[in-house]
Amino acid sequence: MRAIWTISKRELQSFFDSLIAYIMLIAFLGFSGFFTWLFGSDVFFVKQASLQSFFSIAYWTLFFFIPALTMRLFAEENRSGTIELLLTKPVNDWQVVIGKFLSTFILILIALALTLPYYITVANLGPIDHGAVWSGYLGLILISAAYISIGIFTSSISNNQIVSYLLALFIGIFFQIIFSMLSSNFSGFLGEMLSYLSVSTHFDSISRGVIDSKDLIFFLSLIFLGLILTEVNLAKKRL
Amino acid sequence: MDIVVENLTKKYGAQRAVDNISFRVKTGEILGFLGPNGAGKTTTMKAITTYLTPNEGNIYVGDYSIYEQPDEIKKNIGYLPENNPLYSDMPVIDYLKFVAELQGIEKSKIKEKILEMINVCGLEGEKHKKIGELSKGYQQRVGLAQTLIHDPDVLILDEPTVGLDPNQIVEIRELIKKIGREKTVLLSSHILAEVEATCDRILIINKGKIVADGTSKDLRKQSEGKEILKIKIEEGDKNDIFKALQEVETVGVVDFVTGEDNSFEIQSKPELSSRKSIFKLCVDKGWYLTEMTPVETKLEDVFRELTMN
Repeated sequence: MRAIWTISKRELQSFFDSLIAYIMLIAFLGFSGFFTWLFGSDVFFVKQASLQSFFSIAYWTLFFFIPALTMRLFAEENRSGTIELLLTKPVNDWQVVIGKFLSTFILILIALALTLPYYITVANLGPIDHGAVWSGYLGLILISAAYISIGIFTSSISNNQIVSYLLALFIGIFFQIIFSMLSSNFSGFLGEMLSYLSVSTHFDSISRGVIDSKDLIFFLSLIFLGLILTEVNLAKKRL
Repeated sequence: MDIVVENLTKKYGAQRAVDNISFRVKTGEILGFLGPNGAGKTTTMKAITTYLTPNEGNIYVGDYSIYEQPDEIKKNIGYLPENNPLYSDMPVIDYLKFVAELQGIEKSKIKEKILEMINVCGLEGEKHKKIGELSKGYQQRVGLAQTLIHDPDVLILDEPTVGLDPNQIVEIRELIKKIGREKTVLLSSHILAEVEATCDRILIINKGKIVADGTSKDLRKQSEGKEILKIKIEEGDKNDIFKALQEVETVGVVDFVTGEDNSFEIQSKPELSSRKSIFKLCVDKGWYLTEMTPVETKLEDVFRELTMN
């Protein structure tokens, strides 16, 4: 446990020292705030006390920002060779993978916590469905965790940060939108399958306030799959 | 803690980077690991640190096997990898704290340990700087500090003095020697003088196999034990002298020394000395013998001989 926290702490420190964290936080709050309050189908346009517009914009901003946070995690260590130092310390692969995962996850939690004032403000504007808001946040947290885990995996297979960023977007875009687009073209089992694989299907149902075990299982398996593949990748280097 | 390597084999694809090697490093010994580039030094070291899993064979550090108790081995090893990779965006002191925590040093002792390392490695003036801003020599010291911070019994140093200036090289060598008295040290290098100056024992490896093992003295002797003399005879035709020298019974090979007139390099036959007979020859022929120096076999020559074919 201590080793995991030590690794997370270092990564978090590095996010803040390198300004990545500040840039990400400001950009995330800026984008989501702009579209929630000022532009497009914002709160005043919809004339409903709901965070639906925030959730749908956060859905996309997180998709683009998370790989930018995770791309460095292993790619940089692979490039500079520090991965060798890290893995010859008394820690195992899992502690390293989970430590790095947690660091980004904590940063995302901070980002989401900073949007709580939106919630408070909107709640003051009119009657709001509190359940839907909290499950919407839960949905964003689950999506973030899933994309972090994909991002960590793509970071572990390359020693180039740009490659790992693009690869994470490439893999992510299938879950983000392509599966759901394809699913409407197919009927029957294949259609259902594709629809099940689509993140948006699950996010929609969660952010409407319905938390189904089906959705939780989907996100958790995506997270574990990413982390397991990362671990396999680390172990493979030793062969 | 002894390091015992048993029949270690490591393949990369079809190529055998390390081919069935066995050796032992005893406690208190500094073993120099020599070999040309790509001989398998780094691979062997990585296997000892548990970073690479061998294809065959086993490695024990103390009583721990790399397969059974890798974590115990990691706790007892201080490893300085080739090229000394470090987190360049971290300040020295934070980095040492990070390593100390990973090594499982008690919280209350971490501060004390870091200060001790900063002292030992001479990092006092640089401790708040980012590692990336330090000169190569100071970075190397940071590398050593992270290697030593948990007071390991075994040190694995992969080319510890690469990129340092001569003063720093001497300093680091002294440091290694000092530390090496109570610890087991395995040090790789392709700088022969360094290995000779620092190590108690030398292991030469080539194409994944051990080709020599012993002290530097042993190795020199082992290099066939032939006496080599450089002589200079003034006056007289050099071709006549050459012929006469070749006819001396104990002489094996005679060579002209390029660039010097009437100078010859003479290799005696194994186990024989030709000093007396050469002197006698000169007296008989009435030549002035102005120089006769034994040429010491350099470790370089041993190294070349063992690794060239």
